[in-house]
Amino acid sequence: MSEALQLLWTDYTLRNVAAGTAVLGAVSGALGCFAVLRRRSLLGDAVSHAALPGIVLAWLLTGSKAAPVLVAGAGITGWLGAAAVSALARRERIREDTALALVLSVFFGAGLMLLTVVQGRPDASQAGLDTFLFGQAAALVERDVLTMGAVGGVAVLVLALFWKEFKLLSFDADAAAVAGYPVKLLDHLLTLLLVVAVVVGLQAVGVVLMSSLLIAPAAAARQWTNRLGRMVVLAAVIGAMSGALGAAVSGLAPGIPTGPAVVLAATAAFVVSLLFSPSRGLVSRRLRAAARDRRLRSEGDAS
Amino acid sequence: MTPQTEIQLIAVAAAAACALSGTFLVLRRMAMIADAVSHAVLPGIVIAFLLGGGLGSPLLAFGAALSGVATVALVEALQRTKLVKEDTAIGLVFPALFAFGVVLVSRYADHVHLDVDAVLLGELAFAPFERMIIAGRDVGPRALWIAGGALVLNVAAVSVFFKELKLVTFDPALAAALGFSPLLLHYGLMTLVSATAVASFDAVGLVLVVALMVGPAAAAWLLTDRLAVLLPLAAGLGATSAVAGYWLARWFDASIAGAMAVCVGLVFLLVFSFAPRRGLLARRRMLATQRREFAMTLLAVHLAQHEGTVDEADESRLASLHLHLHWDEDRLRRTVRDGLNRGWLRREDDRLLLEDAGRSAARTVFARAWPQGTGTTPHRI
Repeated sequence: MSEALQLLWTDYTLRNVAAGTAVLGAVSGALGCFAVLRRRSLLGDAVSHAALPGIVLAWLLTGSKAAPVLVAGAGITGWLGAAAVSALARRERIREDTALALVLSVFFGAGLMLLTVVQGRPDASQAGLDTFLFGQAAALVERDVLTMGAVGGVAVLVLALFWKEFKLLSFDADAAAVAGYPVKLLDHLLTLLLVVAVVVGLQAVGVVLMSSLLIAPAAAARQWTNRLGRMVVLAAVIGAMSGALGAAVSGLAPGIPTGPAVVLAATAAFVVSLLFSPSRGLVSRRLRAAARDRRLRSEGDAS
Repeated sequence: MTPQTEIQLIAVAAAAACALSGTFLVLRRMAMIADAVSHAVLPGIVIAFLLGGGLGSPLLAFGAALSGVATVALVEALQRTKLVKEDTAIGLVFPALFAFGVVLVSRYADHVHLDVDAVLLGELAFAPFERMIIAGRDVGPRALWIAGGALVLNVAAVSVFFKELKLVTFDPALAAALGFSPLLLHYGLMTLVSATAVASFDAVGLVLVVALMVGPAAAAWLLTDRLAVLLPLAAGLGATSAVAGYWLARWFDASIAGAMAVCVGLVFLLVFSFAPRRGLLARRRMLATQRREFAMTLLAVHLAQHEGTVDEADESRLASLHLHLHWDEDRLRRTVRDGLNRGWLRREDDRLLLEDAGRSAARTVFARAWPQGTGTTPHRI
C-alpha cells in the first residue's frame, strides 16, 4: 500500500491520471448533490449518452480531435438531451422515466450511427473516438488535468455564487418561485452545470459510467449529514478520493480499466456510508433498535 | 433466405419482443429499469461465460437473466432502506454492476471473444454467419431462433397473463385485494424483461434494447387508450422502426443498431407531433379552438349582462367593446366574426346585439356558474 502511495507521487502518468480522476470526482461529487436531492439522479445518464453524437459531430465538422473541441460538442448535444427530457416530460402521458430512457437511447443510437459513418472512411485518426465510450483515463496528460480543473473550477464557482438560490430551488422550488426568484432560469443553470460536470468526466470514465460519479459520492455524503453545505463538501471529498483510489488500483493492477475502478470505489464508499453512518446507517439503526428492545424489556421486568 | 432477410427478421422479432414487455415498463413508470437491467446483465453474462458457458449457451442466458432480476431486487432493497430515493437507487446499482462486468471482462475474459463493445452495440450484421444446426441440417441463423424465442415467450406471457398484468399495472391495490400477488407478477414481469433484454442484446446490443423497449410503447400510448390495442401497436411500431433502421443503415453504411435507435426516435417524434388526439399539433389546434370558443362565450355573457340596462348602448358599441373586455382589437374582430358566423350575434349600426342562440349560450354559462339556489346570482337575465 505504501508502495502504491509512493508510485502515486513519483510515476508521472499515474500521477496525472490520479489527479485527473480526483478533480473529476470532486467536481461531479459536488454538482451531483443537487441532482440527487432534486430526484434527477438519472438525468446525468441521459446527458452523458446524449453527448456521444456531439463528440462525433464536433470531430466531423472541425476535423480536430483536440479535447476542448470534442468537449464543446459533447456539451451542446448533452444540453440538448437534457432540454429534450424536460420538454418531453411536461407532456401528457410521457413521464420523466420514459423521456430519460428515450432520449438516452435515441441520442446514443444517433451517435453510434454517426460514429460508424465516420469510421467507414479510411482515416487512421478516428479510432480515438470510441474510447469515449469507456473513457481513457490512462491517456490523460497534464494539460488535460489542468483543463478539467479549470472548467470544473468555474462550475464550482458558479455553484458557490448562486448557493442560496440553488439551495432554495432544491428544497422548496415553490417558495423560490413565490419569492420572485427566476426559477426556470436557475433550473436551466443547474442543468447546465450538470452537463459541464458530465462532459468534463467523459474523457476519463466514458459515456456509460459517468452518471455513477454524479450519484454515488452524493448519495454517500447524504448519509453522514443533513446540511447541504457539509454534504456538498463531503461528496467532493469522497468523489476525489474515489477518483484517486480508482486510478491507483487500475495503475497497479494491470487489466483493470480506470473508469470502472473509479465507479466501484465510489460505490464502495456509498455502501460503507449506507451501513456505518452513525445517524442513518443500517448497522447503527439495528444497534439502536436492539438497545431499545433491551431497555424496554428490562423496564418491563422491573415493573 | 438471403442474409438481408434474415437480419431484418431477427430485428423485427427482437423489436416486437422488446415492445411487448417494454409497454408494461412504460405504463408502470419503470422505463429506466430497462436501462438498468440491460446494463446490469453484463456481469451475469461474463460470470456464466467464465463458468464455461460459452457464448450462446443456455447457462449464459440464464446467468444474464438472473442478474437482471437481481438488479431490480437490489434497487428495491435499497429503496426500502428509505436512505435513498428510487432514481438514486437505480443510478447506484446498474453502473456498479456494469463496471464490475467490465472489470471481469478485462481481467479474465480478455483473451476470449467477449467484447464489451459487442455487448453494448450488438453485431446484427454478423448474425447470419452463426447458424443453428439441428441434426446436421442448417435451420437458420442462431440469433433468429433466440429473438424468435423471445418473441414467442413475450406473446405467450402477455396473452396468458393479460388480465393480471392489466390489473396490476393500472390498479395494484385492487389486484392485491382480489387476491393476485402484485409482487409475484412484478417479479414475473422483471424476469420477462431481463430474458428479453438478454435475448435481444446478442442481436441488437444493450442500448438499442432500451430504445426498443421504451420508444414504440411510448409512441403507441399516444395513439390509443386500450391495452389490447396498445400492445400490438407498440410491437408494430417497433418492427417498423427496425426495418426502417436496417435500410437507413444500409444507405449510410452505418451501424444497424444505431440506425434502428434513430428510427425509433423518428417514429416517436412523428407520433408525438401528429397523433390525432394527443399529438402536439392536435393539442395546439384544440387549444386554439377552446380559446375561440371561450372568447365567443365571454362576449355573449358580456352582452347578456348589459342587455336592457342603461349602459347597454355603451357596453355593446363595436368601436369600444375591446376596452371593456380588456382585449386587443384584433381579438375582438376575430371573435365577432366567429359569433356572427355561429348566429349568436347580429350587428346593428355600430352596435352588437345578441341573437337568441347567443343569449341562451350565455344563460347556460350563468346556470353552470350559479346553480339554482346557491349564493349570489347575477341580477340580470
